[in-house]
Amino acid sequence: MLSDRKTLHVWLLMLPLLCVMIAVIGWPLIDTIRLSFTNTRLVGSEGEFVGLHNFTKMLSSRNFQRAFSTTMQFTLISVTLEIVIGVLVGMLLNQKFYGRTILRGMLILPWALPTVVNATLWRLIYNPEYGAFNAALLKLGIIDQYQSWLGQPQTAMMALILADLWKNFPLVALIALAALQSVPNDIRAAAISDGANAFRRFRYVILPYLVGPLMVAVVLRTIEAFKVFDIIWIMTRGGPANSTRTLSILVYQEAFAFQRAGSGASLALIITLAITVLAVIYIRIMRSWAGGTN
Amino acid sequence: MRSKITAVSLAATALTFMVSGAALAETQLNALFMAQAAYSEDDIRAMTTEFEKANPDVKINLEFVPYEGLHDKTVLSQGAGGGYDVVLYDVIWPAEYAQNSVLVDVSDKITDEMKSGILPGAWTTVSYDGKYYGMPWILDTKYLFYNKEMLKKAGIEKAPTTWAELKADAQKIKDAGIVEYPIAWSWAQAEAAICDYTTLVSAYGGDFIKDGKPAFAEGGALDALDYMVDSYKSGLTNPNSKEFLEEDVRNVFQNGDAAFALNWTYMYNLANDPKESKVGGNVGVVAAPGVEGISEESAVNGSMGLGITSTSEHPDEAWDYIVYMTSQKVQNDYARLSLPIWASSYTDPAVTEGQEELIAAAEKGLAAMYPRPLTPHYQEMSLALQQGIQEALLDMSSPKDALEAAAENSGLE
Amino acid sequence: MEHQSRAFSIFVHAMALLVAMVILAPLLWLFIMSVSSNADLSAKPLHFWPEVFDFSRYGQLLSRSNNSMGEAFVASLFNSIKVASMATLIALAIGIPAGWAASRNPRVGWSLGAVVATYMLPPVALSVPLYMILAKAGLLNTTWGLALVYLSILAPFSTWLLKAGFDPIPRDLEMAAAIDGARLDQTLRIVILPLAMPVIATSLIFAFLLAWDEFFYALLFTSNQQAKTLTVAIADLAGGRVSDYGLIATAGVLAALPPVFVGVLMQRALISGLTNGGVKG
Repeated sequence: MLSDRKTLHVWLLMLPLLCVMIAVIGWPLIDTIRLSFTNTRLVGSEGEFVGLHNFTKMLSSRNFQRAFSTTMQFTLISVTLEIVIGVLVGMLLNQKFYGRTILRGMLILPWALPTVVNATLWRLIYNPEYGAFNAALLKLGIIDQYQSWLGQPQTAMMALILADLWKNFPLVALIALAALQSVPNDIRAAAISDGANAFRRFRYVILPYLVGPLMVAVVLRTIEAFKVFDIIWIMTRGGPANSTRTLSILVYQEAFAFQRAGSGASLALIITLAITVLAVIYIRIMRSWAGGTN
Repeated sequence: MRSKITAVSLAATALTFMVSGAALAETQLNALFMAQAAYSEDDIRAMTTEFEKANPDVKINLEFVPYEGLHDKTVLSQGAGGGYDVVLYDVIWPAEYAQNSVLVDVSDKITDEMKSGILPGAWTTVSYDGKYYGMPWILDTKYLFYNKEMLKKAGIEKAPTTWAELKADAQKIKDAGIVEYPIAWSWAQAEAAICDYTTLVSAYGGDFIKDGKPAFAEGGALDALDYMVDSYKSGLTNPNSKEFLEEDVRNVFQNGDAAFALNWTYMYNLANDPKESKVGGNVGVVAAPGVEGISEESAVNGSMGLGITSTSEHPDEAWDYIVYMTSQKVQNDYARLSLPIWASSYTDPAVTEGQEELIAAAEKGLAAMYPRPLTPHYQEMSLALQQGIQEALLDMSSPKDALEAAAENSGLE
Repeated sequence: MEHQSRAFSIFVHAMALLVAMVILAPLLWLFIMSVSSNADLSAKPLHFWPEVFDFSRYGQLLSRSNNSMGEAFVASLFNSIKVASMATLIALAIGIPAGWAASRNPRVGWSLGAVVATYMLPPVALSVPLYMILAKAGLLNTTWGLALVYLSILAPFSTWLLKAGFDPIPRDLEMAAAIDGARLDQTLRIVILPLAMPVIATSLIFAFLLAWDEFFYALLFTSNQQAKTLTVAIADLAGGRVSDYGLIATAGVLAALPPVFVGVLMQRALISGLTNGGVKG
């Protein structure tokens, strides 16, 4: 009896959230699924049922395949770099040095900078004629003439990743730092007195404490990177030669610029599925890895 | 005591506010324009303020987006009843807008005076399938700009009249060490690249579409891309052109880093202004060159029109605003960055004074304006072509292959 | 802390300096661009330090005269504040009870799990129906409509953060309150909320920053000064059609000030929020 009432209470507390979630996520998602089987246009008449046509068309199109591999490339490289550099900076912050608190506070800055401002800033920095990047590299003697960073497929992707990395590594660093601080000092001391070298100490003493929090960071960053839109939209709009056109940009073009809401919806669902698969794989890998070290 | 006075004065203020608010009873219009190229944002704001002064019961909210956002914003606002009343649109969109009834058909509002007074080329901007979807506002094409001082230094007497001559002149300037990359274009992955390409297509007598099928992978349209790639690879073209938009081209040109540039009307007076530009007073302009045996000059129809959206609740006020903005008086007053649509303005000294060279170039260029294809699938075709052009420039594939892939990707059956 | 050799200490300081420079250089450059003249910004070689500091662009963007660029910019600034505040308050209002319930009753944890999993959904997967729903409801191009849409991002996120914050608060207090006959809402208000103030503050900041940062939905669902947010206004400026790089930078500085200010001021709360969420998952 009491338990029934308690259950009721619990659901009562959850109700507003669930209602809102159904309104702004549940219902639209179901509608996206419905749309994906039709040829509905964005404005105008309701479309007709076309079965799996949208899915087969999208999956077999060259544009999709290219955008998919572009997205994977962006995600893998940027997340890997963010984690590696983030952990290194986190370890640095775990050392004693003057200005440590100030540096830790500074890490908030790139993270708090709005993504759109970040993208705009880097676009100006990479400007091929008047950008600071070219000017600085030339001054330092790293390049001997100005480069068109956002105008060549290879450098454009790296330039985007660098801009994304600058904004996102601080988050990883802060998470890594908190995890490192949770390593009990006596365990660390014991490892040192056992004569373990630096690498083994990291692998067997520190890493187990890092894996959990990093797993979360990796999953979050992967999901975000896979969904990437803002930074690319502002810096390159998918160019040059569509070499930085990611899946989100492709969906935007399909559904909104070309107004094919139906096939745009199918493409969006394909992305959602890909993200889910990616997240599950990651979690599996990290879990088994974490299990092995503990 | 004091608090009482405060309360009274507050109430009075509130009352005054309410009364004045009611007395105005304004009609609010939302208008969508683009930022830069052609009329400047400041000019448009000034014109609009003048209109509001003449029509105190109408208030216009101006919205500026980059050209790249103009189409999508217009289409997306269709779903919103209170989106825009007046929108600026490019010459390539009436087909799609007509198909999706984005714009109001205003054929019956066009007066005979307008029909006879406005240049025929301008009308093509707003008509589709025999109907008029607004008024032409910007009559524009790409011209060849050159730096007089640099040409003189290289011993070049007059501006080139063929593309082959342009190439030879650019080589001379490069060889003389006057400037490293003589030519600047706007070849970023954007509509701007298509405008430069179309100019060349018109010079080489190419076609975009034949019998409803893409036809740009052969003939003059292929020659046009070959020319671009050759100019790029030979080092005559600024390699950064592939990420330039029009404003980047202007920056490079007026900074003295280019001898030639292809750009719209607006660049003439801006680049010639010593306050803005390092090459002020040295800017020459001619119609874009032709190809020997095929064409005398070349030009793309880059005009734009103003239309009323089908969702507007105040179509009459919107039309008044459009008529004002396109009137000969306003167009003559602001003829420094965009030339009028009215035929008689071109002989009006108030318009021509100080920009005779531009007017002379316009007479040739405007007559040669070549259309980009009229198709409801324009956006898709354009994006495929942009990709093809850049792939060829970046040597990712040959011009022929790139254009064939673009044709396949164009959404045209 | 381990004993550090002198060489190691120098190395650590050098690396710290490097990290600080990497973080600060782009930000400093953004500010310098905003106060440099156009001539300095288009000079070759580039002038990294302006000859004169010119703050006029700030005045230009913040001026409120009729039909000016400043009016449009200030309007978008206010829209951003409005949308972000509304969305944040609603997200917390529904997130607090739900987070508390889920924290105390692991049996309903799955429903929260489902809510959190929606984070994986790319906005593009919801955008078309949301666009159509907003259009039908007449909420396109309104701050209300946009705030509602932002709940799809803010609500799951803040509920998750709040639950993690409620977890360590001991249950004994609630039991005592229940024995004293307190109603559910009384328990929440009198017992839990005061104890959970830090995590609520953290969630509030996070939600606000997320909303302030949002671009995609704002790009799609707003069309003019009535609802256009700052991120879209900046994207419009940065679209490559404005040749005054300094003006773009100025808009960037102004848009970055509120979140950066909040971030630095609330540093401690933010870091604990980040790491709590991170460590506990």
